[in-house]
Amino acid sequence: MTRKQKRLTIIGGGVAFLMAAVLLVMFAFSQAVAYFYVPGDLAKAGVAPGTRIRLGGLVEAGSVKRGEGKTVTFSVTDTLATVPVTYTGILPDLFREGQGVVAEGAFVAGSPVFVADTVLAKHDETYMPKDVADRLEAQGVTLGGKENIR
Amino acid sequence: MIIELGHYALVLALATALIQAWLPILGARRGDRALMELGTSAALASFLLVAFSFAVLAFAYVTSDFSVKNVWENSHSLKPLIYKITGVWGNHEGSMLLWLLILVFFSALVALFGRSLPETLKATVLAVQAWIAAAFALFVLLTSNPFARLMPAPGEGKDLNPVLQDIGLAIHPPLLYLGYVGFSVCFSFAVAALIEGRIDAAWARWVRPWTLAAWIFLTAGIAMGSYWAYYELGWGGWWFWDPVENASFMPWLAGTALLHSALVMEKREALKIWTVLLALMTFSLSLLGTFLVRSGVLTSVHAFATDPTRGIFILAILVLFIGGAFSLFAIRASHLKAGGIFAPISREGALVLNNLILTTATATVLTGTLYPLVLEALTGDKISVGAPFFNMTFGLLMLPLLAAVPFGPLLAWKRGDLAGASQRLFAAAALGLLVAGSCYYAANGGPVLAPFGIGLGVYLIFGAVTDLVLRSGLGKVAFGVAWKRLSGLPRSAFGTALAHIGVGITLIGIVTVTAFETETVIEMKPGATVDAGRYSLRFDGMRQGRGPNYTEETGHFTVSRGGVTVTEISSSKRLYPARRMPTTEAGIRTFGLSQLYVSLGDATNGGGIVVRIWWKPLILCIWGGALVMMAGGIVSLSDRRLRVGAPSRARKSARFAVGAAE
Repeated sequence: MTRKQKRLTIIGGGVAFLMAAVLLVMFAFSQAVAYFYVPGDLAKAGVAPGTRIRLGGLVEAGSVKRGEGKTVTFSVTDTLATVPVTYTGILPDLFREGQGVVAEGAFVAGSPVFVADTVLAKHDETYMPKDVADRLEAQGVTLGGKENIR
Repeated sequence: MIIELGHYALVLALATALIQAWLPILGARRGDRALMELGTSAALASFLLVAFSFAVLAFAYVTSDFSVKNVWENSHSLKPLIYKITGVWGNHEGSMLLWLLILVFFSALVALFGRSLPETLKATVLAVQAWIAAAFALFVLLTSNPFARLMPAPGEGKDLNPVLQDIGLAIHPPLLYLGYVGFSVCFSFAVAALIEGRIDAAWARWVRPWTLAAWIFLTAGIAMGSYWAYYELGWGGWWFWDPVENASFMPWLAGTALLHSALVMEKREALKIWTVLLALMTFSLSLLGTFLVRSGVLTSVHAFATDPTRGIFILAILVLFIGGAFSLFAIRASHLKAGGIFAPISREGALVLNNLILTTATATVLTGTLYPLVLEALTGDKISVGAPFFNMTFGLLMLPLLAAVPFGPLLAWKRGDLAGASQRLFAAAALGLLVAGSCYYAANGGPVLAPFGIGLGVYLIFGAVTDLVLRSGLGKVAFGVAWKRLSGLPRSAFGTALAHIGVGITLIGIVTVTAFETETVIEMKPGATVDAGRYSLRFDGMRQGRGPNYTEETGHFTVSRGGVTVTEISSSKRLYPARRMPTTEAGIRTFGLSQLYVSLGDATNGGGIVVRIWWKPLILCIWGGALVMMAGGIVSLSDRRLRVGAPSRARKSARFAVGAAE
């Protein structure tokens, strides 16, 4: 092979690999990302059952039913709408009523209940998931935990 | 008073950095020795000043001086001493001061150990280091001053985030920063090469040990962070593809590529421009990581406080340095002469493939990390890009690289023999297939990909061993001869083999845990038993306890196997009253390389408690592999070739001759 051919082989191989990687990334973006919603968005967004989403909002006061086995039910609200959520497993340490939460999972066909497989809460007392805070503030909701943000 | 001295030392460090930023480079342009020498003294002075400043802050923490706002916000008089010390960097201001300290530490190392460097190169490198140091010193002083006072001083502090009250905080951030910031030296060398317009194999030989050292620390920092998250958060996960993790992983990937391309440049004078670009990219990714973690654009346990001015300031530093370096590259790169040529199938070709795949993988991680931020800025849509995305893209892209790794060391420089290399790797590949087959059989036809992954790991390990066996002629010549040849091999050969073996071990750990771990969530009452892996756990009940600054409830479990009691596990939930914050202390027991992991949930109405139990087979391989990779790095670093300033040998012997004459 001449010098030029050698260079072309290497560059050609590199470009082909990069193209493959770009296609792969685009495919993954269409398949494997979860959109974030607050309950008020859901009606107009029309999320199909089985689509993975992140649902954020406040844990509605008085809605948490735990202590009957390992499945916990609670409601996530942005004060405009409320979505019932079930979760099997151990809730994060800082999961509290009236505080911010993000649940990841999907709706099951024919049911209004959101089945979460991951529940994220705050990392410490002064922290509110940013996604939740932004959306709630955009909808004019004053945050319950605000006095904690020192 | 002492606090103000610390603050003042930091201001002086900024002034010193400003001197170091211009005078040595001016000296290098004019050939003025005295000005160039100034860089060395200024670098040492900067280090001493920042170290003093850091010591003052540590003193304030140890003596619980709550008149310092930073101490009041993050400490508590009852906190154990070790956490008072580590708490210094367990907050935004202190951690940025640590960042700066490590940066000037590396400048001081270059100043001390760079004696064999050409004077102008050393002066320019130190100046570039000082630009970065000045920018970050300014950042600390203007936006994140850890020495701000409170009047009147409160009587008690607000305590450190309990999640951070762990030995992990003593180890993880310093190691990670030594890695992150260590790449600044490579960056400065690259910028200096561009300014000087000259670059050669000797340059690569100087850059490689710094890259290697930073890479070793970053590997340790990431592995430690992963293990810390695993045992502290109580979620049983060891890697979440969290943007903050990605922020540290990207410089690691780029740094790994840099290690390999510098090798080509050192040995063959090829890939010069690419190596310089990679050095710039690696530290740029470190800066980007600092921005992502410290600016508050992301919410995570790492984002201590969100203050928009800080974000904008770091963004400005980011744009200035990355933009400046890449503009310089665009203007000057054409001045660098391109080096040797090679066939696509050759050692160089294999290392190019390594670089191609590693940088592409870095780019996909970067895309996945930044895409949500960009999309939100453009459309307002919020998405989360998590593990499924990264497993699909990053995981798939890495497969060809892993398959190719054992080939690299077996191919000759310039023109390699692919068929010959494949033949030599036949045994390793056959062993891998055998292991994959038996795993598939043992798992009763479970997942197909997992045995394949484990087989790939085995092939990686034995592929690396193959290289050593072939080079020593083991099995072909007498054992004594083979041993002699083996011990005569350069250390870097062992370093390579060890690092590649480490990759194989980590891969086996990742695949095994992902495919074969079992997770049980169950409500247990005292006396109840549950199976996990080959073991069975009996819940013995809860007990109350208290530590220095927390109260805890501990669940006790007895572990047995085949009816025989093996050990006990206790797992607890703590409450830290200062922050009214609960944490989970997972109960973990190690069996060989596997672990049982127990974490507690809420008490149930019937007097039971929800318990989550994982059986994590071979999980220790994940971090064990990282340790082996680090060992490989350390062995490589001890290679004679890197210690001896090879290019200056003639000059050195002349100097020795003079010394002898005296």
